[in-house]
Amino acid sequence: MPLITYRKALNDALAEEILRDENVVVMGEEVAEYNGAYKVTEGLWARFGSKRIVDTPISEAAFVGMAVGASMLGIRPVVELMFWSFAYVAFDQIINNAGCVRYMSGGHIRCPMVIRGPANGGTNVGATHSHTPENLLANTPGLKVVSPATAYDAKGLLKAAIRDNDPVMFMENTLLYGEQWEVPEEEYLIPLGVADVKREGTDISLIAHGRAVLTCLAAAEILQAEHGISAEVVDLRSIRPLDEEAILASVRKTHRAVLVEENKPFCGVDAQIASLIQEKAFDDLDAPIQRVSALDSPAIYSPPLEKIQLPTPARVVQKALSIC
Amino acid sequence: MPLPIEMPKLSDTMTEGTLVKWRKKVGDPVEMGDVIAEIETDKATMEMEAFDDGTLAEIYIQEGEKVAVGQQIALLALAGDKPGDVAAKPSAPAPAKAASAAKAAPAAPAAPAPEPAVPVSHGPVKASPLARKIAAARGVDLTRITGTGPGGRIIERDITSAPPSTGKPAAAPAKRPTPATGAPAAAIPAIPPIPAGPNDRVIPLTGMRRVIAERLVASKSTIPHFYLQIEADAEPLLKLRAEINATAESSGRGKLTVNDLILKAVASAIARVPKVNAAWAGDSVIEYAAVHLSVAVAVDDGLVTPVLRDASSKSLREISEAVKDLATRARTKKLKPEEYQGGTFTVSNLGAYGIESFFAIVNPPQSAILSVGAAVKKPVVNAAGQIVPGQRISIGLSCDHRVVDGALGSQFLGELRGFIESPALMLL
Repeated sequence: MPLITYRKALNDALAEEILRDENVVVMGEEVAEYNGAYKVTEGLWARFGSKRIVDTPISEAAFVGMAVGASMLGIRPVVELMFWSFAYVAFDQIINNAGCVRYMSGGHIRCPMVIRGPANGGTNVGATHSHTPENLLANTPGLKVVSPATAYDAKGLLKAAIRDNDPVMFMENTLLYGEQWEVPEEEYLIPLGVADVKREGTDISLIAHGRAVLTCLAAAEILQAEHGISAEVVDLRSIRPLDEEAILASVRKTHRAVLVEENKPFCGVDAQIASLIQEKAFDDLDAPIQRVSALDSPAIYSPPLEKIQLPTPARVVQKALSIC
Repeated sequence: MPLPIEMPKLSDTMTEGTLVKWRKKVGDPVEMGDVIAEIETDKATMEMEAFDDGTLAEIYIQEGEKVAVGQQIALLALAGDKPGDVAAKPSAPAPAKAASAAKAAPAAPAAPAPEPAVPVSHGPVKASPLARKIAAARGVDLTRITGTGPGGRIIERDITSAPPSTGKPAAAPAKRPTPATGAPAAAIPAIPPIPAGPNDRVIPLTGMRRVIAERLVASKSTIPHFYLQIEADAEPLLKLRAEINATAESSGRGKLTVNDLILKAVASAIARVPKVNAAWAGDSVIEYAAVHLSVAVAVDDGLVTPVLRDASSKSLREISEAVKDLATRARTKKLKPEEYQGGTFTVSNLGAYGIESFFAIVNPPQSAILSVGAAVKKPVVNAAGQIVPGQRISIGLSCDHRVVDGALGSQFLGELRGFIESPALMLL
């Protein structure tokens, strides 16, 4: 199986879906002539032209709104945000329009659109460029939220998101764009709402999404090698819809859980998962649920402090040991 | 709110501590850093300091009592606490009574003893939800369990390694967690099996299978086993048996088995090394005067160990007849409980199955089990250094190292070999 980057996997997914469906349109700042701020759309404009790959002004509220309107009429826009942090000026379009129109139209109007881009800290771009709004958006019934950890998942999930008839918030990570994974050449889709056990284990469940999955895999190696603890790593992949059964099955097997996310802890995704576990698997718990998240402050600009703000394998190991 | 004071973990390996002396009394003011008590750990006696300022409101354990790490031992009233805050807690006399009642039981975890240790318990027991669920299914009394989880919390492993409480049998089978819920019952391994497919057979546990599983898991997980092996010349024993059986045939009496002779030899060897006929009792070792040999008998769906009572005072003929009767009734399930309880030493013989050597698991609460192999013909180097054909029998001894040390076990096996190789001695 060829090794390709997370960036290339996204690029391939876009190209394949553009070829497959004439209604798929990519739009965003610098996506066309500049080949994308992070080069995710590299070569697409040259290949598919200005009708399919559309540069937009620096005005998220306007172009996200345009995509919402287009999607209502059957276009399948894939909107790139240079950073998910910039979505905040477009929240009215995303939440009130994309998120609510299906409900408010009695199911007559749907928004088959994807909004994608990086949503991560850890790259020294400052507090206003480092937001991780997966918890905010997943709080809106009507929106779907996806956060792939590997190139394989990025490609399969993006293709499924483009074909989905509801608005899908697709959260990537600039630290992963250059990382490589094995991705098959033949076409595949990963359904939204299906988690993936990235590593089987028996003693403790490490549950994560996005780049935190890789942190958990590194922590699991340390737990096995240095402490003889067999950790299972569950990658949520999709935050909404959430694969509750996969989470519960793992906890029922290991009886312990550490929830890991690069999101902030307060009202974070893992607060929801902790609530789910205690409600539906209470009698299977042999220890309290633990969480490891970003430290609760705006994204820290000082590089040494920024490094410790995000979850590290060492922090995950420490939390795991506290309940094993 | 008043602050609970817990038994501190004062060494890496400390799981429980003895309160040697209270240095403060109820009502005494306490300042941070004051020594409030002296605690004896597994290693040393250490001073326990207060971490907060306040008044010692209640003392829950008395001097000399031993409790688990994390268990509440006192209550510290902080400045601003109303008298009601303290009074609302369970009053001191009640727990103190429970404590003195509990003191009658063995103080340390006595794995093979019929009852586990009874740690003093006050207030709600700290146990994980999973531990509570398994304990309820198994009929385990949580107040009798010492928690090994963080802060002394009782967790799954503390329950699965504990024998069910006596007098309160495990819940009816219907109430047991089914395998589908993933809850390990007594002896079901913590690692779940591969789920049964359409062609696989799921065999419900019989009472016997469950008891075997529970007792052997308890044995292997609480008894520090070690193993000794010795080979003996079986020729003299086989020759004696042939001579006796030749006359038995003509006189119409039953034939002796090799195992009958081994049992006689074991009883004789125990008479010389009585320390192997003993049990670990937590705070002492009990050496039994009578030799009650448990004899492992394979039955249809498991095995039972009927007891040959007072084996050392029985003749070979009496042993042979008693064992034949016990084994027959074991196979037809006609044994009375007192006939398979109270053994002090077990003999397991797989010689009839052609097994040359093996090591059985100690049959708790006993301290040793003998594993007898088949008498086999093999080349032997004799005293003159020549290789000659011989009849050899291999004998293994599995021991509880808390009771039987290597030298003691070896001494016993040496005596046993002496009787096997000179069987006339045991007829004396």
